[in-house]
Amino acid sequence: MDLNYSAEELEFRDEVRAWLGANLPAELREEVESYAHLSKDDLLRWHRILAKKGWVAPAWPREWGGTGWNVVQRYLFEEELGYAGSPPLIPFGLSMCGPVLLRFGSDAQKKRFLPRIYNGEDFWCQGYSEPGSGSDLASLKTSAVRKGDHYVVNGQKIWTTLAHYADWIFCLVRSDSGTSKRQEGISFLLIDMRTPGITVRPLILMDGAHEVNEVFFDDVKVPAENLVFEEGKGWTVAKYLLGYERMNTGRIGESKRQLAYLKRYGEHLMGDTRWRDRLSRLEVELTALEITNLRFLDRMRRTGQPPGADVSMLKIKGTEIQQELTELMMDATDPAASDPLSVAVRKRYLSMRKTTIYAGSNEIQRNIIAKSTLGL
Amino acid sequence: MNFDYNEEQQLLADSVRRYLAKSYDFEARRKIVAAEGWSTDAWKQFAEIGLTGLPLGTDHGGFGGGAVDLIGVMEAFGEALVVEPYVPLVLAARALERGAKSSPLLSSVVEGRARLAFAHTEKGARYALDAVQTRAKESRLSGEKSAVIGAPIAEHFVVSARGEDGIGLYLVDRAATEVKPQRTLDERLAGDVVLREAPAHKLSGGAALLEETVDFATALLCAEAVGALQFACDTTLEYLKTRKQFGVPIGTFQALQHRIVDMYISLEQARSMACLAASRADSAGDARERARAISAAKIRVADAARHVSQEAVQLHGGMGMSEELKISHTFRRLTVLAREYGDVDHHLARYAAL
Repeated sequence: MDLNYSAEELEFRDEVRAWLGANLPAELREEVESYAHLSKDDLLRWHRILAKKGWVAPAWPREWGGTGWNVVQRYLFEEELGYAGSPPLIPFGLSMCGPVLLRFGSDAQKKRFLPRIYNGEDFWCQGYSEPGSGSDLASLKTSAVRKGDHYVVNGQKIWTTLAHYADWIFCLVRSDSGTSKRQEGISFLLIDMRTPGITVRPLILMDGAHEVNEVFFDDVKVPAENLVFEEGKGWTVAKYLLGYERMNTGRIGESKRQLAYLKRYGEHLMGDTRWRDRLSRLEVELTALEITNLRFLDRMRRTGQPPGADVSMLKIKGTEIQQELTELMMDATDPAASDPLSVAVRKRYLSMRKTTIYAGSNEIQRNIIAKSTLGL
Repeated sequence: MNFDYNEEQQLLADSVRRYLAKSYDFEARRKIVAAEGWSTDAWKQFAEIGLTGLPLGTDHGGFGGGAVDLIGVMEAFGEALVVEPYVPLVLAARALERGAKSSPLLSSVVEGRARLAFAHTEKGARYALDAVQTRAKESRLSGEKSAVIGAPIAEHFVVSARGEDGIGLYLVDRAATEVKPQRTLDERLAGDVVLREAPAHKLSGGAALLEETVDFATALLCAEAVGALQFACDTTLEYLKTRKQFGVPIGTFQALQHRIVDMYISLEQARSMACLAASRADSAGDARERARAISAAKIRVADAARHVSQEAVQLHGGMGMSEELKISHTFRRLTVLAREYGDVDHHLARYAAL
């Protein structure tokens, strides 16, 4: 047993760290560190810097631009991105649509979409949730009816993150409403956001930010060539994504940066035992999660098995820690202060309540563990 | 970075597990507790497997092992609720080896013939290692050490006492003391040790050796807790799958499913910290880094011990309260473990001060 990274792993980490130090634009880092709003241009600017370096999609196969890194290197890279304060890489293209196309897409689809995802030419969003279908995703109703060489899509998606930036949306749609199992009539469709009949309406969240949207489909014509995998097999595609290797789900690097910042930001409270105890407990939990994450990685590396429900645990603990960090940050602000940072810190507390809800609520994650790991 | 056990560690843990499965099941343990409170047979077996020699150097016939080498053993002890005072033996022997390199006792320890206990606690001191009232004067100790684990069967004590040059550790023959036996909340042998000008041999190392020894103990305890936590989670899961109410296994109820998932998450977080504690206990480097890691581990492990043990009893319903089921004994052990060598508040204060 050795909890320390090997010399090669440390060398790799240092290489990534040094490169980030030299290539992450200071103004982007400052925006991230001050919790400022990131524009579409900000997100794409960082995406393209990484693409140019060849590091934007490490997990992809080499022929499509992947780096050939092993799981530990990929984890280290992602954690370093978070630790450095880089803008997030929006996952919808790089870690969702991309992997789906690599696994299920036709050659033509791969050639058409993958390079544009890689280079940040197309901005993607995800059309899963509907007003009546949140945790119970398989109850979705947005319909796709085949008419000749295209589908006609009608219905509504909701909580669609950054749909207002997106060029494309990948959607789960109901292509057959007559199946005995609800999961069987679902298909995975790629839809151009400029198609007539699509309306995007902002949903403003409690921090005042515009991140998510409603997307309405009114007789939207989608070429049949945009169907991924087989008609009616969309659930298989969606399930593949759930089991996809997302070992940075715990966002350890990002939380370590937030914790270091919190210690500076709340320095005036360090003499208060109650504050110190809250901080210590949080630091201990984060330390434990980091080691847990490394244990899972080590097991993956040794067994070659996908992480399965381990990811659910990382999601639960990682998001709980992220939320606790924002709460402590808010509590560290001067209650009488109204400077931009204090305001941003308070709003961030509001905003980060989303983390235990999105990407499969933490209750759904507990269901997954209960079922798949514990056999309940 | 790797979390594998090496071949020796795996073999050692396997042979301990095999022995415990064969001769130390819950019924056997019940008999031991009801009788003398320890088993000479088990003690002999531990020596034969090599446990008594493991933490001591090859000079004394030992194997020079550390905390990481003992993780698998301690987990097995925690699962089986072993009551024999193995950890106190390890602590006393390690301290003796470091503070008096040539002691003839050490080879007897390796062979399983000498029984040592570690006497550092006093009434009113709570978990503070420096609140020592026992006095050392001209190689004689006076005072009282309390709740010393394994005291009733110990032949020698390593005792903390305050001398003219500060706190140090001393070796004392049991015959020079008076031992008042008791049982702990978790059914182990313990005793108050009264010292009245008891002749003592001073060990070198002082307060730093005391602190290092207790840190080592804490690391072992964290691993023992992981074994007990694993049992508590597994046996509760089994109960949820078999106990039926309203015509269905109660494990089909989501309210209970989510609670046991959280128990397993606590277990995994505690396991990670136990790995950290053992690995830092073995790395000779920075004492501050060692202490911080071990206090952090104890905080998380104690939180998990409280959470998992309480939930395990609750999810068992009335059966969880019953003396008949092993889980109630695991509850007792985890309750004591969470406090032994420092409770959460003690380690939070220490962690913050470092």
